[in-house]
Amino acid sequence: MGVYAVIVAYPLLLMLVTSFKSTREIFMAPFALPKEWNLNNFVAVWQRANFPVYLKNSLFVTVTSVALIAGLSSLAAYALARYDFPWSNPLYVYFLSGLMVPIRLGVLPLFLLMKNLRLHDTHAALILTYVASGMPMSVFILTGFFRTLPKELEFAARIDGCNEFQVFYKVMLPLIRPALATVVLMNFVPLWNDFFFPLIFLRNDALKTIPLGMTVFFGQYETNWGLVFAGMVMASLPLLVLYILLSQQFIKGLTAGAVKG
Amino acid sequence: MVYPLLSSLGYSFIEWDGYIRRGFAGFDNFRKVLFERPYSERLVGALKHNVFFFVVTFLIQTTFGLFIAVMLTKGGRLLRLFQTVYFAPYTLSQVVVGFLWLLLLNPTWGQINKFLTLIGLENLTRPWLGDMMTALPTIVLVNAWRWLGFPITVYLAGLQGIPVELEEAALVDGATPWQVFRHVTLPLLVPTIGMVTILTFIYDFNAFELIFIMQGSSGSPFYSTDVLGTFFYRTAFGDATTGGEVGQVGLGSAIAVLMFLVICVVSVFGVWLVRRQEVEM
Repeated sequence: MGVYAVIVAYPLLLMLVTSFKSTREIFMAPFALPKEWNLNNFVAVWQRANFPVYLKNSLFVTVTSVALIAGLSSLAAYALARYDFPWSNPLYVYFLSGLMVPIRLGVLPLFLLMKNLRLHDTHAALILTYVASGMPMSVFILTGFFRTLPKELEFAARIDGCNEFQVFYKVMLPLIRPALATVVLMNFVPLWNDFFFPLIFLRNDALKTIPLGMTVFFGQYETNWGLVFAGMVMASLPLLVLYILLSQQFIKGLTAGAVKG
Repeated sequence: MVYPLLSSLGYSFIEWDGYIRRGFAGFDNFRKVLFERPYSERLVGALKHNVFFFVVTFLIQTTFGLFIAVMLTKGGRLLRLFQTVYFAPYTLSQVVVGFLWLLLLNPTWGQINKFLTLIGLENLTRPWLGDMMTALPTIVLVNAWRWLGFPITVYLAGLQGIPVELEEAALVDGATPWQVFRHVTLPLLVPTIGMVTILTFIYDFNAFELIFIMQGSSGSPFYSTDVLGTFFYRTAFGDATTGGEVGQVGLGSAIAVLMFLVICVVSVFGVWLVRRQEVEM
């Protein structure tokens, strides 16, 4: 168990330690600690590469998509779970069918669709795709949660004078907060890390997200290893720090759907 | 979600010139992909690599991964710490994982070969990713490094869901710890293992990023790490590495449809198998 933990953790530590070294040091003493812990590599990445731009793009695309997914799926799930309307069951099944389908296999029509809509090479193409691909699982999880809430809460809220939206917003939404957190993390991590759709949709360097920008950066500075390691650390650090702070929520969010209950 | 897949099916029956429709093609695109060189050769090669990818990953996670999960249940206070470490690489982008291992495996100065030299296994050093024999297994191991935290976590949850009384009863009846595991714990865990296996299958048949990053879109050296994902990407969107051919929408769609069929048929069959197991208990 301990040995395996070392196998897992060692490359990560190596990545972190190496990012403080100069290229010469990496070559001469690959396993030694750096002689001095200097931040030159990080400063260089921040200034020379388009890193701040990539970071901004990643933040914009991911946060917008996740916010839309969380908002829309909680509304949809609430309606599906709490109201009986003629098409509610087929609609639920329609959402579920999205669970079975790997969206990547539909990337060609999406690509042509975005081209025809003149959304090609925009963040909107990414956000629309992400929202569509994130909805089924989120609706599935949230519907399950909404169904467990007692009807009496709804009645009580009505008697106290809430309108439909207030019932949802003031009473139901706070109650499903844990599930909502799961949904947010479940979507945030894969979208933040996604490489495939940016690769297909984006050409303009100023629009690229971190994973795609990494490849540009790696191509430019391939021989400057210190810089490349620093770039990798900077690309993964935001998420790793969050992970260390909230590891149990992360693990729960990312395995949701595979673990029962 | 449904629209892109249905249109994929539609597109695969159409003759395309670049991104312009030409006319109805019938099964022509499928015929080309399945029976015409070089496509058929690449398709079979890629499919084999996907199967290898999945089978090896499956073997690693259901033996070693399960073993680790069982050990974790006995981990006590350290459980959370170990679990956090195991799961950490799964939160990394495949791009970072790919580049990191590309650097570690670098033949001239990468830490892996340097480490082998250091412990006196100099004759084991090799260009891991440049050798046709070792490239794909190396990629599979790198992927396992990132992925294993997921099955371990799910197995752990499954193991923790098994009532302690069952195992205790078996122990009282005189079973050895191995017998308890083999005849009590394992059968109860079969549905969990089944679900994880199906997810792994879907994930491995969609493999793309790691290979694209580490071995390029044609799965170098000489297509030895080519998988359906890279084959699809090359065909559908054109390939800068081989002189920038234009993407072929018809052929690409045909590959996507075939991939979808394989994934769909196998996972539906898998779910059916798992369900049957559940009923038996």
